[in-house]
Parts: sequence; C-alpha cells; structure tokens
Amino acid sequence: MIAVPTISILAADVAGSAPEINLHPIDYSILGIYILVVIGIGFVLKKYMKSSSDFFLSGKSIPVWVTGLAFLSANLGAQEVIGMAASGAKYGIMTSHFYWVGAIPAMIFLAIFMMPFYYGSRARSVPEYLKLRFDEKTRGLNAISFAVMTVASSGASLHALASLLHLLLKWDYNVSLAVSSLVVLAYVLKGGLTSAIYTEVLQFFLIVLGFAPLVILGLEDLGGWSGMMSHLKPEFAHSWKYMGTTANPMGVEWFGMVFGLGFVLSFGYWCTDFLVVQRAMAAKNMGDARRTPIIGAIPKMLFPIIVIVPGMIALVLAAKAGSNYSIPLGVTGATDYNLVIPSLIAHYLPTGMLGLALTALMASFMSGMAGNVTAFNTVWTYDIYQSYIGRGKSDSHYMWMGKASTVAGILISFAFAYMAKNVNNIMDFLQLVFGFVNAPVFATFLLGMFWKRATGHGAFFGLLLGTFAAIVFHGISYPEPLEVGAKIIGSKGGWLGIHYQFTSAMAQNFWLAIVAWTFCFVLTIAISLATSRTKTDGELVGLVYSLTDKIQEESEPLWKRPSVVGSVVLLVAIVLNIIFW
Amino acid sequence: MNFDLRLPIGILFTLFGLILVGFGIFTKGSEISLGHNINISWGIVLLVFGAFMLLLAKRGKNL
Repeated sequence: MIAVPTISILAADVAGSAPEINLHPIDYSILGIYILVVIGIGFVLKKYMKSSSDFFLSGKSIPVWVTGLAFLSANLGAQEVIGMAASGAKYGIMTSHFYWVGAIPAMIFLAIFMMPFYYGSRARSVPEYLKLRFDEKTRGLNAISFAVMTVASSGASLHALASLLHLLLKWDYNVSLAVSSLVVLAYVLKGGLTSAIYTEVLQFFLIVLGFAPLVILGLEDLGGWSGMMSHLKPEFAHSWKYMGTTANPMGVEWFGMVFGLGFVLSFGYWCTDFLVVQRAMAAKNMGDARRTPIIGAIPKMLFPIIVIVPGMIALVLAAKAGSNYSIPLGVTGATDYNLVIPSLIAHYLPTGMLGLALTALMASFMSGMAGNVTAFNTVWTYDIYQSYIGRGKSDSHYMWMGKASTVAGILISFAFAYMAKNVNNIMDFLQLVFGFVNAPVFATFLLGMFWKRATGHGAFFGLLLGTFAAIVFHGISYPEPLEVGAKIIGSKGGWLGIHYQFTSAMAQNFWLAIVAWTFCFVLTIAISLATSRTKTDGELVGLVYSLTDKIQEESEPLWKRPSVVGSVVLLVAIVLNIIFW
Repeated sequence: MNFDLRLPIGILFTLFGLILVGFGIFTKGSEISLGHNINISWGIVLLVFGAFMLLLAKRGKNL
C-alpha cells in the first residue's frame, strides 16, 4: 500500500465534537436503493461464473472503459476520500503531490512498459509473474505478505466505516460491521471479481456526483476559487514553491518527494500491487490491458478537485467570520482533520443530498473492502492453495475454494476490525510493518523485467535484505527533532539510537522507502551476479524486456496508442505541476 | 459477457434523480445549501446523467 495519509477514526472520537447527522427516510431510501442495486448486480452476474477464470479474472472479458475506471476506483477507498481531504486541510495544494507526482507517472509506466509482461505472460496474478520470472520461493514470499496485507486493509476499512457510522449517525458498531460485511459478501460471492469491478465503477460515479456539490457550494460560499486561494497561507496555495523552506507544511524536501514518493512508493504501489493490476489483467486483450491504467490516469489527474479542495475549503471556512463552521475536535482536544468531509456534508447538504453523499461515502468503504477481498481470494487460491496445499484439483474445486476463501477473507477482516477497535494502535503498527515489506518490492520487479541476469536467489534475498534495511533505518531515525533528554517513542523509530532526525513522519517514511529500495536493488544485483541463472533465455521470453518482441502500435489510430496517449497525460500532469507551482 | 454496466448505472442515477427532484419539489421553500434548492438542481443533473447512460446502453455499442 502506498504511504498515503492514514485515517484512524477511533471509537474514542465520540467524545470529541463530531457533527451529528440525522437521516430522513428519503436519505435511507437512497442508501437502500444503492445496496439493492449492487447486490442485484452480483445476482445477475452469477450465471456468468462458469469457471475459476470467470470468478477470479472476469474471464478476461471486461470492456476497457470499465477496467479503466475500476483501476482508479480500486484506489478510491476511504483512505482517499477522507484521508486526502484531511491532508488538503493540513497541507493545502501540496497534497496534489500524491496525484501528479505520486500516481500519474507510475500509471503511465505500468501501461507502456509493464502490462505487456503481466498480460502477455498469461500469469493469473502478480505473485505468479514472480514465479514465472524467478522461482517458487520469491512468489511465496510475495503472495503470503500480500494476502495478509489485503485482509488487514479490508479489516481497517471495515473498522473505519463502522466507527464513522457510530460517530455520525449513532449506529451500533457491531450492526454496522455485520451489515456492511454481508452486503460485500453477497455481491462478491455471486459475481466474483466482475462484481467487485462493476461496483467500483458505480462507486466512482457516486463519489464524483455525491461530493461535487460540496465543492460547488463551498467555493460559492468563499467567493469562488480566487476567494478561497486569497485566504490561504502562501505555502498552502503552492505545490513546489515552498518545498525547500521551513514554511513547507509537509516537512519533505525535493529529493524525498520526487524519489521517495514519485518513484519508490508510487511505482511500488501502482506497478506491483495486485489489487490494482488485477483490474488491467481483466481486460479483453493486450491493447485494452495497456490502455486501462491510462484511462484511469485521466480522471485521477482531476480528482484533487473532489478530494483535496474540500479540505482547503474547510480550512478557509473555519477561519471565516460568521461561518458557523469549525473543523471538529477529536478526543484529545486537537483538530481532527479526518472529520473534514463528514463535517462539510453536515454543514452544506440538506436532507436528500445528505443521503446521496453518505451513500457515496459508504460505497467507498465497501468497495475498498470488496477490492481487497477479491485480490485476497485470487492470491490465496492460485498462489498459495493451488501451489502448496491442493495441487492438481479440478477447476470447479478451485472455484469452490475461491468462494470459500471469500467467506474466510470477510471473517478475517472482521477479526482485524475488532483488533483495531480493541487493541490500541494495532493498525498503526501493522501499517508500519507493511511499509517495511512494501518499500523494496519495486526494485525486484524492475530488475526482473529489465535485466535478464537477475536470478531467483538474488530476488528473494534482495527482498528480504531490503525489508531488513527498512527495519534498521526505522530503528535509527526519528520523525521529529528531539530535545536532549526527551522520551523516545519506539513506534516512531529511534529504538536503535537516533542518527537521523526528520521534520515530519512523512519525510521519514519517504526516506525509509528510498533506503529499502536502494538496498534491495544493489543487493539483488550483487547476489544475482554471485549465483547462477536457473532460467534460460527461452524461458524468459514474454517476461523480460530485452527478450520479448516489442508491441507494434503503428496500425492503431493515434488516440488508441498507449505510448502516445500516455505521453499526453504525462505532459498534462507536468503542466498542472507548473500551474500550481 | 453479455451484461452492459451502463444499464444499472443509468437505472440507479435516474432513480436517485427522480427521488431528489420529487423531494425538492415537495420541500420547496423549506428552511432546510446557501438558499439553493439543491435537491432539484442536482437531481436534474443526476437525471440527465442517468438518462444518458440508459441511452448508451440502449444503443448497445461499447464506448
């Protein structure tokens, strides 16, 4: 998972000043219709689920506009909607780095250079690509760590949703947990990956159409775009200008931002995380698989309008005399930026529109959970069960296992949600561990796809040592300047002695990723050169760049060529960076 | 797979639009968005979007 700002809406927040929202039967009817439609889609799709390929890979038959929007929506869970609005209020327009630096270049790279190997190799999952390219142990390491991470993320999503509903609507935590799980289970169990992809597209339109009125009303209230920008502190109104100064609200300098976020973390997430790559692998053909990330990148570029601008509106509105609005406080008495979106919904939207916005919010949580569960059931069935436990079974058996693991995935998510509720900071700890594991991953894929000499031993031990380097770096760094004699909090770092002090946790995360990636990259090369190849050139055709025929695009019209459209999208992202410099 | 996603999207947003416009007319002038009857105005946006998706689904050609 990419190091996006995390959300932790804890039950304890009830004691803060969260907005209380009262729903009218009209609001409930909108929510009810949405739930009926998504479950209905699952039941309609059931008749198309005839083989394990249909259930896990959508039979590679999904239209490209659907896979493209699902590719974007798979990342459009609660973290994005609530977390990015919170960051908009904390960092202003600088939050756009998570889009124009931390997403678009990686999505274009995946489309042009990496999808030909994922799709062309006929691998059914990202871990399976590692098996074909390297060996079984490298696949096992990636598959097991990914499976654990997806169900933990699903549990975190479930916990955040139930906590938010309890906080805003006073719904019972356990009932919210059970109802949202059952809805997700109902449509994923019937329609598999296709259900998850289709509901992700529904959720995309819901979020755009549910939250756009917030932006329109907020900007009107503040006198338009120029009215809002004129009331922001200068460092909140520019994305790069204050990067090298002490006024920089993110506390991250140029290199950490460009290399840490823009390369290591974003390429590690968008190019290797099976949750998003799975959407592109469900496309009908190679051309559509390559176009999928590019189609997703176009709305992704514009999404800051929907998710970051509300945070900036909240910041200005709270300071505006007579606005009768303030960003709610958490239990500690400090401003709780995670409540920016819910508080703006309560402030601006009347009954009716309120139901639409809350349905969009709930859809983003449930869709995030469904995406994680479908990625989990595929990796569990193909990469763990079929490889190590139940080899040589029939296709119908693997389809049954896919459904059983869907139920198991939901139950494990449930357990993680209760852990998050009852064990202090458990999700912070898990996210830290996942950060250690994820940081070096892209180095392995980069060398695997573009250097035929990389070996299985090099990949496996490079990954392990990269993770070890991340752990050690966490132990010798600290996310804030520390005064002499001040108490060190081990979960923040410094438990091996403080050698590097950063100005923010974000800067520490970005540098941890840089260190882990560099160690993995260098050590994979060194170990590969010291060990002999186990794969011949013939076995690596379709898996390594130099041994694979290049895809000829000349017969396609310009607007359908991934390299052309991708370059245009990248150019627009650069222009956006310059406009908001 | 012979299932067009534009059909459920069109149905969903047309229904949402009808509910919002209906409720907006029913509560016209009510004290319940900077004075705008946003249920009617945004309901119409949803209706147009829903109808557009239904039209695309009826045409049956992929985008």
